[in-house]
Amino acid sequence: MEWLNAIVQGTLLGGLYALFAAGLSLIFGVMRLVNIAHGDLIVLAAYLGLTVTTATGMHPMAALVIVVPTMALIGYALQRGLLNQTLGDDILPPLLVTFGLSVIIQNGLLEVYTADPQTLNAGALETASVAVGGVAIGILPLLTFAIAIAVIWGLQWTFYHTALGRAFRAVSDNQDIAQLMGLNRRHIFGLAMALALGVTAIAGILLGIRTSFDPSIGGGRLIFGFEAVIIGGLGNLWGTLVGGVILGVAQTIGAKIDPGWQLLAGHIAFLVILAVRPNGLFPRISG
Amino acid sequence: MPDPILQTRGLNSFYGDFQALYEVELDVGEGEVLAIIGANGAGKTTLMRSITGLLTNGPGQIHYRGQDISRLRADEVAELGLAMVPEGRQLFPSLSVKENLMIGAQVGRKGPWDLKAVYDLFPILEERKDQASTSLSGGQQQMVAIGRALMANPDLILFDEVSLGLAPIIIKDIYEALPGIIGEGMSAIIVEQDINKALSVSSRVYCLQEGRVSLERASDTVSREDISRAYFGIE
Repeated sequence: MEWLNAIVQGTLLGGLYALFAAGLSLIFGVMRLVNIAHGDLIVLAAYLGLTVTTATGMHPMAALVIVVPTMALIGYALQRGLLNQTLGDDILPPLLVTFGLSVIIQNGLLEVYTADPQTLNAGALETASVAVGGVAIGILPLLTFAIAIAVIWGLQWTFYHTALGRAFRAVSDNQDIAQLMGLNRRHIFGLAMALALGVTAIAGILLGIRTSFDPSIGGGRLIFGFEAVIIGGLGNLWGTLVGGVILGVAQTIGAKIDPGWQLLAGHIAFLVILAVRPNGLFPRISG
Repeated sequence: MPDPILQTRGLNSFYGDFQALYEVELDVGEGEVLAIIGANGAGKTTLMRSITGLLTNGPGQIHYRGQDISRLRADEVAELGLAMVPEGRQLFPSLSVKENLMIGAQVGRKGPWDLKAVYDLFPILEERKDQASTSLSGGQQQMVAIGRALMANPDLILFDEVSLGLAPIIIKDIYEALPGIIGEGMSAIIVEQDINKALSVSSRVYCLQEGRVSLERASDTVSREDISRAYFGIE
């Protein structure tokens, strides 16, 4: 039963990792940009949630109404003002610039919020649970997992059933020809980053309710997101969810064996899958 | 000649330090079909890329309906009513046939061309509308590329090497469909290696040679010798 418990908790934790990863995957899919600052943007969203909840007394989940559009705006401005200039045939400039951005965000947060660990106070939601067959399942992890599924379904639907999604895919396929069709790639990239950071905002708030956070934890979230994307296969959002679940389960099982093994077990699972299936479990079938 | 819809004046185009076009002067009349011929590397595709805004040009070198479009981005040029069927078709592999067509309508221009009109022109595309564009034959892909450009309801349409890599029977079909396509008051530039095909559908012909215009003549009066000379530079 304890093992079953570990697997269930790990699966639900995977939902959070999938949310970390979804924005990363979307940005890479549309514009081949690897965003090193992604983890720090998640933490930034958590801090924005903190500011909103302390200033207004709102519940952190209600604060999403403000934090999601704010992060989306930041995303659009960041893409149009900075990241578009780094995109080109060379893959190095975006890596360097987003690495620099990561450092700037971390230090900015340190200046504004200090290094003290913070949490978002979600009241009863933090501890509520339901017992299913002897396993206590937290409402928050369950909600997180449900949100992850909803977000990925929503992104998938946007990609395959809307004009915006069509534009994303067209620009991803061939930037020049998409431009000929009247799509301004700089604007489309801005919208993609806005969408990605909107998802990041959700991930950041859920992270902040689940655990304490401080300005330095972004790097770790980035790694989890990366691992979920790579395990699932680049460009496949449902694969990303599976990747998150595998990572989460590996971590909780590792922690079950020895509490010190939690992170290590996740990384080992990632390395094993990378060794056996270098393209991930469900790589996108390219045309 | 009727009023020009498109004019280039002293057009110089570059790929980095390499100059591909030299002082190109070209006029397309309203409703006119123009052919551009020339050997490989003569600058035909470069000229198309300059006109559509995929290459950055110097100011004042390209005018569309009197407006200087030389510095506009490709999407801004497209909104003015200029569409291209690119060389090698260049469909979007992630998009279905129907989605490829719909992306052409993204510029939001009104006119006779919509999905139904394209399906009427190329009925096979309606049968295949939900397939991946990459699963089609070369000729069918070319139909999608033409349909995609038409969906923008352009006033000037550019065909860049539509016959390249296609079977002769398919080329014949496409050229038979062309007058019906262009007939609706549209102007067109047809870039073609097949000189006879180019002359048969156009009213005037330009020949490019090493980035310069080497010939400009009415298509029905141009002689074989004129073309050979312009094409190869043999006196």
